[in-house]
Amino acid sequence: MKIYVPIDSAAKALGADEVAETIAREAKSRGIEARIIRNGTRGMIWLEPLVEIDQGQGRIGYGPVTPEDVPALLDGKLDSLGPVEEIPFFARQTRLTFARCGVIDPLDLDDYRAHGGLAGLRRAAAMSQADIIAEVTKSGLRGRGGAGFPTGIKWKTVMEAEAPQKYIVCNADEGDSGTFADRMIMEGDPFTLIEGMAIAGLGVGATRGYVYLRSEYPDAIRVMNEAVRIARRNGVLGPDVLDSGRAFDMEIRMGAGAYVCGEETSLLNSLEGKRGVVRAKPPLPALEGFLGRPTVVNNVISLATVPVIFEKGAQTYADLGIGRSRGTVTLQIAGNVRHGGLFETGFGVTLGEIVNEIGGGTASGRPVKAVQVGGPLGAYMPANKFDTPTGYEEFDRNGGLIGHAGLVVFDDSADMLKMARFAMEFCAVESCGKCTPCRIGAVRGVETIDRIAEGDMAATELLTDLCETMKDGSLCALGGFTPLPVMSALTHFPDDFACHKEAAE
Amino acid sequence: MQVNAPAPTEEDIRAIIVPLASLEGPLLPMLHALQDSYGHVPQTAVPVLADVLNLGRAEVHGVISFYHDFRDAPAGRHVLRICRAEACQSMGANSLAESTFRKLGISWHDTTRNGAVTVEPVYCLGLCACAPAVMLDDRVVGRVDDARMDKLLSEAGA
Repeated sequence: MKIYVPIDSAAKALGADEVAETIAREAKSRGIEARIIRNGTRGMIWLEPLVEIDQGQGRIGYGPVTPEDVPALLDGKLDSLGPVEEIPFFARQTRLTFARCGVIDPLDLDDYRAHGGLAGLRRAAAMSQADIIAEVTKSGLRGRGGAGFPTGIKWKTVMEAEAPQKYIVCNADEGDSGTFADRMIMEGDPFTLIEGMAIAGLGVGATRGYVYLRSEYPDAIRVMNEAVRIARRNGVLGPDVLDSGRAFDMEIRMGAGAYVCGEETSLLNSLEGKRGVVRAKPPLPALEGFLGRPTVVNNVISLATVPVIFEKGAQTYADLGIGRSRGTVTLQIAGNVRHGGLFETGFGVTLGEIVNEIGGGTASGRPVKAVQVGGPLGAYMPANKFDTPTGYEEFDRNGGLIGHAGLVVFDDSADMLKMARFAMEFCAVESCGKCTPCRIGAVRGVETIDRIAEGDMAATELLTDLCETMKDGSLCALGGFTPLPVMSALTHFPDDFACHKEAAE
Repeated sequence: MQVNAPAPTEEDIRAIIVPLASLEGPLLPMLHALQDSYGHVPQTAVPVLADVLNLGRAEVHGVISFYHDFRDAPAGRHVLRICRAEACQSMGANSLAESTFRKLGISWHDTTRNGAVTVEPVYCLGLCACAPAVMLDDRVVGRVDDARMDKLLSEAGA
């Protein structure tokens, strides 16, 4: 009998370690021959700790399991959720990037291979650089970190640049609230990211890579470091990647708690050991990136999606999605929501379907007031925008930002003036300080919202003007997009700004 | 963490940072290594780092002060990070933080009088589907309510 207990930090945060220990102890005392496997998470976080038991007829799910449930679980007396992959939330998905996450032991390279791992890298290793780039371009893959820049074009720029050393840098500084896809894949299927970076390296001619991983993710750091060591020991990384005669190796580097380092140029400065201050572009990092060398900077999910594109073919990937948003979107459903977790599907599903059908509405049972999509720099979308399909252009047209595809649901108890104030306060705390609209504007933004809260409605005009200035005058997305949550709150929820006036009078 | 240990000597500091000097972009790994050893980045390390990396002291200071992670003095025996980001706010993180402060009689960045716990804000632990979330040292906890917080605080000796 195989028993799977997730080791993902969301599962651990809900007691998975205690459950695993209790299972080991109780199984021993009952004389049950059980192999306990610590897998990643399937992404159904409301069911965590989600224990799966395989007695040779498929994996049956139980959850959420508490340590007190374990005797009944082992005696076969606990109600099951049925076959895990038939749970509607899971069955509805198209799992490509996350195909192995929650299925395998994250650090078992044989298990990884048995589930399609390394097929993509093997194929890429037999291809020319130009063919690798063409395949990525054909897949239509765009930057999953939020900017949506076509990955193939970025890679082509780096490939064509001439330099004695090029780099692949993975942006794993996943600081946006409501996002956890990067963490989940690094903890649950780390070899996918390594494989994706190796393919990128072969494609552009880079022999070194770095993962810039935030310090808030100690579990992911531990898993990635171990996975790199295993990959190196097995010839996946090193001077002769899978006996291709081509070299690629990589290191994991830890961030230090600065949100702005998720911006690619400040990330590069931080990686170089400097203050994480934003750089003006041009020069593009693709031409002058890490240590001034041509550098691919891609998000975790972009790179982790590359192996499946090479395994299944670019066309299969490109056949999914809508408009210019091809392939799958890895939605992260979070906040005040009944069924929170990771949901991977082709682009095009609407915001309303995600929140109400897939997410099941709010956890509190109260009506949904707003959904913030795309992290702290994304807009608060009201219910009348719920027909917006997921897609880069589609969200843009509706005054939003799909970003890293994290969604935070708020019920009707949320005070949108407070959320707008928080957006400005966050920008003020996290501003790198290089440009004035962001550094000073955010501070003035907090003060102006406080004036509105005290009943000075004339200040809304000032706030609007300030947001214009920040949007047009900031060097990067932090100052440039903070106006999005602020103005969407003001525009869609004017009552939350006006009622303070009445209260003051 | 050696809270009452004597200030590290230059040799101690060199022993920690010199092995990292061959890395590309070695300063952050060095700062993390120092903080791992001493619980903070000692002021005495600044001139040594500047010397090893051929940087100005002001530059080294500028880097240390830029990042939230690096401390100039040791924290309490345990560090409790309470997430303040939007997903946790949607599930009551603000009131959780307030009630925690009332119990401890401290606020953000403060340490309890017995030196047991330092409370820090954190912007996202990636536990947004099981909010509100906190991290006690390296251990993550989700769906934290007042009862779970009380248990964590008593475990930490607050």
